[in-house]
Amino acid sequence: MSDYLISEKTLGATVGEVVLQSVRFESMPLDSGEQLAPVTIAYETYGRLNEERTNAILILHALSGDAHAAGYYPGESRPGWWETMIGPGKGFDTDRYFVVCSNVIGGCKGSSGPISINPATGREYGLDFPVVTVGDMVRAQKLLMDHLGIERLLSVSGGSMGGMQALQWAVAYPEAVASCIPIAATTKHSPMQIAFNEVGRLAIMSDANWNNGDYYGRAAPDSGLAVARMIGHITYLSDESMREKFGRRLRDKTALGYDFTMDFEVESYLRHQGEIFTRRFDANTYLYVTKALDYFDLSGGHGLLEETFRNLPSDMRFLVIAFSSDWLYPPYQSKEIVRALKGSGIDCSYLEMRSSYGHDAFLLENKDLNRMVWHFLETTARKGGLRFG
Amino acid sequence: MARCAEQFEAELRPDYEFIVNTVPEGARVLDLGCGEGTLLKMLVDRKGVRGTGIEIVEERVYEAVEKGLTIHHGDFYEALSYYPDDCFDYVILSQTLQQAHETVAVITESLRVGRFLVASFPNFAHWKPRLQLLLKGRAPVTGALPYQWYDTPNVHSLSIKDFQVFTREQGIRIVGHFYLAKRGRVRFWPNLRAAYGVFVVEKIGGPARGRAVE
Repeated sequence: MSDYLISEKTLGATVGEVVLQSVRFESMPLDSGEQLAPVTIAYETYGRLNEERTNAILILHALSGDAHAAGYYPGESRPGWWETMIGPGKGFDTDRYFVVCSNVIGGCKGSSGPISINPATGREYGLDFPVVTVGDMVRAQKLLMDHLGIERLLSVSGGSMGGMQALQWAVAYPEAVASCIPIAATTKHSPMQIAFNEVGRLAIMSDANWNNGDYYGRAAPDSGLAVARMIGHITYLSDESMREKFGRRLRDKTALGYDFTMDFEVESYLRHQGEIFTRRFDANTYLYVTKALDYFDLSGGHGLLEETFRNLPSDMRFLVIAFSSDWLYPPYQSKEIVRALKGSGIDCSYLEMRSSYGHDAFLLENKDLNRMVWHFLETTARKGGLRFG
Repeated sequence: MARCAEQFEAELRPDYEFIVNTVPEGARVLDLGCGEGTLLKMLVDRKGVRGTGIEIVEERVYEAVEKGLTIHHGDFYEALSYYPDDCFDYVILSQTLQQAHETVAVITESLRVGRFLVASFPNFAHWKPRLQLLLKGRAPVTGALPYQWYDTPNVHSLSIKDFQVFTREQGIRIVGHFYLAKRGRVRFWPNLRAAYGVFVVEKIGGPARGRAVE
């Protein structure tokens, strides 16, 4: 997902100031067979948990996201990454629901990941950090839910990798999930998605500074990470949105330079995106998280999604959302989810939103997305017997 | 489209009433081309059905989701293929049949996923369009057929009789019917006097599960 500068005017009500919290667990088993110990999970919460503990919603973040989904850190002007969707009266209405978002394990924003200190060596893990999967990320989030005393989530939701985690939640903990809203997601990466990730990883690993992942306290592989981000960023946009935003405008020039400095506006934009990304993101984390994405297969590798969904309780509800111009996670991938859910008799609504913004559409101000999520949650809450004062 | 929706709501209440009365308590219902979900909502509220709607127009899908309904946004030829056999009791084609391109496929698929199909459509052999065509020599524009020839979404012009003949040819049994004019239910000479026909049909050779309509 991209970094967006959102105009504050359009954002409406906010949850206001928020704090990053964190909790530590002794250890957890990983899909690879290894143990992660200790496990730190960074998280934020918005809104109030009701007495019955039945109004909790877990928000899952995408590749480059973090626990800071909404509100503002003291003294900062940039809101959380889903400020457009989380807040009083918004899609994830914090007047009604207790909203939680945590940083994934393998991440670099407070949860255990390659930049954490390895207790065995007293130094950053680097590549000694075990490979984690989307299943592991969700298992860690379950520890957090248990810690917060939340037995059952009213909903799990996220876009892109967040949507994949939401699906994993529904399948891994069917009794703990009342509804699921996967947005611009898939049940498994296509070869094209894996290919883009591999190019990003190679860009990082080809950077001399990468040094087999051992670069902490030294120069980081920033140029590799920036190139990885530039590639990723292109896949989050669309031909139409790029034409609209940049055209063939030149950057600080009135004519072509006939050299290899920057000519076009789009080049400058991408370089800028790559550069600012290196200031906030860790290159090894990029490797770990893209690997987790590529390994993800909701059907557990046997390919039969209907079988996977067959164990879901009959009252679980889904709202699957795709965007028309998303060519990275195209609508057909969402429809595969829908087809399998319907084949298993699960209550599932599907929306294919018209948008020219490509994969990133889920992050942008979108009245209809807010409206659909709000109403879907309202129906879910009503069916679950939830009352609002 | 607004004109159509308003007229639809105003004139078709009796059609809705018939469908709501026909569908039994707690049935599993699929509404093809459910629009904003008015009928489906009635079925959910009054009959406690487990309902799903399919609608292709995005804004209508939003309205239906706001009503708390389960909706699939998309083309119903494709969406029908997502469902296993016999997973609905009733499939509804309310004012959709005359707009469906692959009529036979839609009906066959509907009777694969559902036990009964309820189809309602404007009757092209109603005396009003007949007279307009005969006396004015122009494509009819009536309350039930409110469009000009150049902006109509209807791709088929069928009569009540056409549908009856069609069911015989397709091996489908009519198990209930309801004919409707502006003033209410029509019992005699429906093909001439009714503006709309509503039929409940099932596949011949389907499992006998009693009558659909009392």
